[in-house]
Amino acid sequence: MPLDQSFIGREYPPTRPYEVGREKIREFAEAIRDDSALYRDIEAAKAAGYPDVIAPPTFAVLLSMSAQETIVEDAQLGLDYSRVVHGQQDFTHHRPIRAGDELVTVVHVDDIRARAGNDFLTVRVEIGTAGGEAVCTATSMLVARGTAEEEQT
Amino acid sequence: MTVQLSEVAEGDRLPELSIPVTRADLVRYAGASGDFNPLHWNERFAVDVGLPDVIAHGMLTMALAGRLVTEWTGDPGAILHYGARFTRPVVVPDDGAGARVEVSGKVAAKNADGTVKVSITARSGGQGVLGGASATVRLPG
Repeated sequence: MPLDQSFIGREYPPTRPYEVGREKIREFAEAIRDDSALYRDIEAAKAAGYPDVIAPPTFAVLLSMSAQETIVEDAQLGLDYSRVVHGQQDFTHHRPIRAGDELVTVVHVDDIRARAGNDFLTVRVEIGTAGGEAVCTATSMLVARGTAEEEQT
Repeated sequence: MTVQLSEVAEGDRLPELSIPVTRADLVRYAGASGDFNPLHWNERFAVDVGLPDVIAHGMLTMALAGRLVTEWTGDPGAILHYGARFTRPVVVPDDGAGARVEVSGKVAAKNADGTVKVSITARSGGQGVLGGASATVRLPG
């Protein structure tokens, strides 16, 4: 069964705040072996004009992935996550994520379409501070393979 | 070192990267990102779903390819937008060598608003692994 297109436009309640830690940024930077000092050294970050160490450009995936669980766990939508592959990812940074940020995310279902037996789900995660400052827009295209095939009888 | 807008011209090629990816890197990235999908560490599971072997997280490939731009600008915070399609997986065998991701890119446009668009190519095993990958950066100067 294809996914229900009436879910397009749906917005889920904000997630609980995520506190960005310096050591988590360092751990992520080590994992992608990006050795920029701006992820690790507060003085270097300050010299570059930032109030604290900043996060790598794809660090927001930590927030967008956990926010997407809201959608995966929505039994009404019925997304079979075992069939889901990540098709596309976009990050628009309104400013860099940095240590000390307390971030909340709001998940939006922007699009659902069925093509060639697969469902394509476009999910937009708006990441902002608890104070309401926009920080990052993370848009993912998820492909649920084979879920839009007509059931055989 | 930070590249200046005035030094950049359309068509300029960025310094290329050749990045090894081993099983240990996948485990480290799984822990750092919180993505524990068994496709990225369990060979039995990967083969069961029809893959030749364990594959790298698409987001790890994207992060590694992004280093082309962060290392070029010298300021990762200069990246305003970064996007990519995941066209082919990076297969990471448990043979002591793993895989290698070759990343190249060039200045695709100097935009009217002072930003610069960089197009990015990432290949592994002779095939493209990201599609339409690009970053938009704001450079000083």
